[in-house]
Amino acid sequence: MPSQSKEEWLEGTYRKAVERNPERAESFRTTGETVLDPVYTPEDATANGDLGFPGEYPFTRGVQPTMYRGRLWTMRQYAGFGTAEESNERYRYLLDQGQTGLSVAFDLPTQIGYDSDDSMAMGEVGKVGVAIDSIDDMRTLFKEIPLDRVTTSMTINGTAAVLLGLYIAVGKEQGVPLEKLGGTVQNDILKEYITRGTWIYPPTPSMRLITDVFSFCSESVPRWNTISISGYHMREAGCTAAQEIAFTLANGIAYVDAAVSAGLDVDAFAGRLSFFFACHNNLLEEVCKFRAARRLWATIMKERFEARSPRSMMMRFHTQTGGATLTAQQPENNIVRTTLQALAAVLGGTQSLHTNSMDEALSLPTEKAVQIALRTQQVIGFESGVGDVIDPLGGSWYIESMTDRLEGEARDYLKTIEDLGGAPTALEQGFQQREIQEASYRYQREIEEKDRVIVGVNDFTVSGEEPPELLRVDPSIGRRQVERLQALRAERDNDAADAAIAALEEGARGTDNLVPLIVAAVEARATLGEISHALRRAWGEYREIVVV
Amino acid sequence: MTASPETPAQGETGQKIRVLIAKPGLDGHDRGAKIVARALRDGGCEVIYTGIRQTPQMIAEAALQEDVDVVGLSILSGAHLELFPRIVEELRSRGLDDVVLFCGGIIPEEDTDALEAMGFSAIFRPGTNTRDIVSFVYDNASSE
Repeated sequence: MPSQSKEEWLEGTYRKAVERNPERAESFRTTGETVLDPVYTPEDATANGDLGFPGEYPFTRGVQPTMYRGRLWTMRQYAGFGTAEESNERYRYLLDQGQTGLSVAFDLPTQIGYDSDDSMAMGEVGKVGVAIDSIDDMRTLFKEIPLDRVTTSMTINGTAAVLLGLYIAVGKEQGVPLEKLGGTVQNDILKEYITRGTWIYPPTPSMRLITDVFSFCSESVPRWNTISISGYHMREAGCTAAQEIAFTLANGIAYVDAAVSAGLDVDAFAGRLSFFFACHNNLLEEVCKFRAARRLWATIMKERFEARSPRSMMMRFHTQTGGATLTAQQPENNIVRTTLQALAAVLGGTQSLHTNSMDEALSLPTEKAVQIALRTQQVIGFESGVGDVIDPLGGSWYIESMTDRLEGEARDYLKTIEDLGGAPTALEQGFQQREIQEASYRYQREIEEKDRVIVGVNDFTVSGEEPPELLRVDPSIGRRQVERLQALRAERDNDAADAAIAALEEGARGTDNLVPLIVAAVEARATLGEISHALRRAWGEYREIVVV
Repeated sequence: MTASPETPAQGETGQKIRVLIAKPGLDGHDRGAKIVARALRDGGCEVIYTGIRQTPQMIAEAALQEDVDVVGLSILSGAHLELFPRIVEELRSRGLDDVVLFCGGIIPEEDTDALEAMGFSAIFRPGTNTRDIVSFVYDNASSE
């Protein structure tokens, strides 16, 4: 037994010391404004009873019984730019370098349902990702990459069902049976309305498209993760760690509600739900965030949705280091930031990881920068030893106390969102958007007031930096993509394509599952834009709720 | 610097400076645009924020309807060299030749000359202090 309580120490030894020499700051806070104690003790760690063991409910310590002792996390670098040929080359380079899964970045027209020759696509073709207009592009994207041997994550939301349809069609061409296809579509439209911005249709038909994917895959593509419920973009937009947990899980609840309302049994689809979080600079808070999110989701699935299968209660997640934490100044420092963030993700038990490249505050990454980012994961995985013991920080008084605290803060937010009518209703009132902006503006003010030091930006600056070498997307890509589309429209059986589009539009006005109709349309060489326009005709378009 | 975020920004007529903050193209990254909009508002400007997915025509039309002194464009998708000339063209075709233009986002150094030639008076890149943007607006919009 300790000779004195924490209170006694705070009032005694600690207080005297602070009176003599004030601390660096008046208070030390988390991203969520929680004031930290100077030290944590067994008195603070209240929920040790809920810890459980790895691979067991409530999964605080990890979803698998062996975690990284069995297999390291999947090293999955998000990549894609220009044409399908160029991206295919980058993927094969990454696989050669020891990457273990693919992650496809699409350009904005592809994400928002416009063909490369649409006037809305002007200037955007191939810029932030690869341009995919039709099955011809998709086939090229995965040339010489056997789809039964890699898993592919696709960052695609408004057009997720179309890209899934294209993946299935290419898999069929490669002779891969549907049950062997593995991967993820992001398919998380709610966070697009809140912050990321690649929405197309209004919420109700968008949610139907999502549950159609759940239902189709639970029957036909059992290894497919049908959604990646994403906190990443909300965090990048400026929210705190506790808000990231809460807003993500609130969206998760809305998807489960929608699927259950559509008549699906919770255990038939919940095991294929996956999550996606950011990892920012506060290393220990981030570790706690992952642990708290895992425990909270398990509880929600068991208690609220009465899931019976443990798999339905497991929060499996992908992590990406924080793009918004990268600085354009002294970009090499970003390697260090990314290392700390990647370490937190691993200590927090992530299933897969993307590490940002040092030059991403300036442009898309160069090959050299991407290699360093991947090597960062390999050094953590193979050299640091942190994966040799499961949840190595578990039991630290601070870690357990902060895990409890973040879970509690997230629960409070969930209650508020519930009272507003759930995540979709709350976002239509701008609730999450406002909360995120408040946090983002507060953070910006802290930097500008120098209450928060960003190395190389508001302190430790240098002048006259040499601009680093940047990747530039070939400006002729838009024209080449348009030529391919013209060739496609000239070559294909236009009657067959039109008939498939008409059938899809009719289906969209009815209640049939749309995924098979989309697969039929892409196989008839209908384009992504044609498919999306058919759905626009049936459903209309969303209008942004602007909150400033 | 003559300005600070606490003093209201006033043009020659004693009216508040009117600023349009716009997000052209398909890019959804609006964290920076919203922070800039808010900083300018806190600095005393009248700020109109368009929301995302604005075409060049929509932006120019908003600038005309709202009778703004300044237009700030935020873009992180890399489409600026294609979209910005169209926006400038649309502004000019509406007679908005005197509007002060600035932009921000992920814009490579090497594009600076091209953007200046188009008429952009300032480019604010990652790490910018919003005070500098507020000062820029004061110095340029009020001195005309």
